[in-house]
Amino acid sequence: MASDMGASYGSTLRYKSVERMKPIGKHSLLGASGEISDLQEILRYLDELILYDNMWDDGNSLGPKEVHSYLTRVMYNRRNKFNPLWNSLVLGGVKNGEKYLGTVSMIGVHFEDNHVATGFGNHLARPILRDEWKEDLSYEDGVKLLEKCMRVLLYRDRSAVNKIQIAKITEEGVSISKPYSLRTFWEFTAFRNPTVGAEGSW
Amino acid sequence: MEIDADAPHSMGTTIIGVTYNGGVVLGADSRTSTGVYVANRASDKITQLTDNVYVCRSGSAADSQIVSDYVRYFLHQHTIQLGQPATVKVAANLVRLLAYNNKNMLQTGLIVGGWDKYEGGKIYGIPLGGTIIEQPFAIGGSGSSYLYGFFDQAWKEGMTKDEAEQLVVKAVSLAIARDGASGGVVRTVIINSEGVTRNFYPGDKLPLWYEELEPQFSLLDIPSSPGPEPMNI
Repeated sequence: MASDMGASYGSTLRYKSVERMKPIGKHSLLGASGEISDLQEILRYLDELILYDNMWDDGNSLGPKEVHSYLTRVMYNRRNKFNPLWNSLVLGGVKNGEKYLGTVSMIGVHFEDNHVATGFGNHLARPILRDEWKEDLSYEDGVKLLEKCMRVLLYRDRSAVNKIQIAKITEEGVSISKPYSLRTFWEFTAFRNPTVGAEGSW
Repeated sequence: MEIDADAPHSMGTTIIGVTYNGGVVLGADSRTSTGVYVANRASDKITQLTDNVYVCRSGSAADSQIVSDYVRYFLHQHTIQLGQPATVKVAANLVRLLAYNNKNMLQTGLIVGGWDKYEGGKIYGIPLGGTIIEQPFAIGGSGSSYLYGFFDQAWKEGMTKDEAEQLVVKAVSLAIARDGASGGVVRTVIINSEGVTRNFYPGDKLPLWYEELEPQFSLLDIPSSPGPEPMNI
């Protein structure tokens, strides 16, 4: 899962080092966009959920499917009270060798798929993924594909910030990379003199 | 211009919190306005929560005062129960709780800063929605819009106490120069292991920026000015 580290306030890129992906329990990773205060509250709910799960001390632990289901209920019930948690959530994980990837929106719309995205990612990244994702992608190819998507988003999404993290979830657990920046390409000849031949245009 | 004397008091404000090598420096301007009228030109926006934790207030004067009053009350009880000074993190999280759970009614942005023996100097920004975010420095209030670029360039890790305070005074002063809702004096509060120091920088002692002139007692004191020329019609 990849996410950038920006948190905007209207058109201002206010906070540029916000971790929007967090491990949940042993098997899952939550990625979120939208209102950060609501994300922080969701993390508190999940913390409590995982704590109670651990307190059973029964050898079982909540997997990504269960966490996704819990989040769906929370989001949908808040929507019904006309007081939504203003977030789009992506929940991924691996338990007992089974991979899981799902998403929940602020109104409770939820589904699983081989690739999901929030916000602009739905318009810019998913078409790329529809074309280039395949079953049994290696980790390295997965990273390159996500970086390709994040680069396009950096070019074309005003609220994007060039500081990203990529997270890897396997049976062994969750690891989130340290923040890093993507290289961008500006050396098209057309970029150097875009209005040659059409003065006044852009 | 009609003055609406019943407009709610708002602290347009510039507030800043900066960590340095050993503690934190909090800074603020001193203007509180009701609409366009300056209700208080020497307000104190840096409010004490405990001996070692202070908060910079911005936005609605009433909302920020009541939030800090509640948090001071809760922290006092917490300190008695704990048997030692409260940590900055606990203070900030109490503020967050009030800000988040009343997000539909409150209009106040706060910066909590202090020093405790576990984490040293820490700054927590708590903007409008009730997000809590720990930062090496934080800026807030309407005047902060003019300071994003300034801090991107001027902020450095590991400053000394004096460098940090000078940075804060310079920044508030620059914001006052451009933000109509900020003005008056610059107040700073420095918190570290040794304790708390309050400083006061009156408006006429602040540096002059672009298009600002040295204040004079009177036109008559300026030797080379012969008086205004008659107009040519």
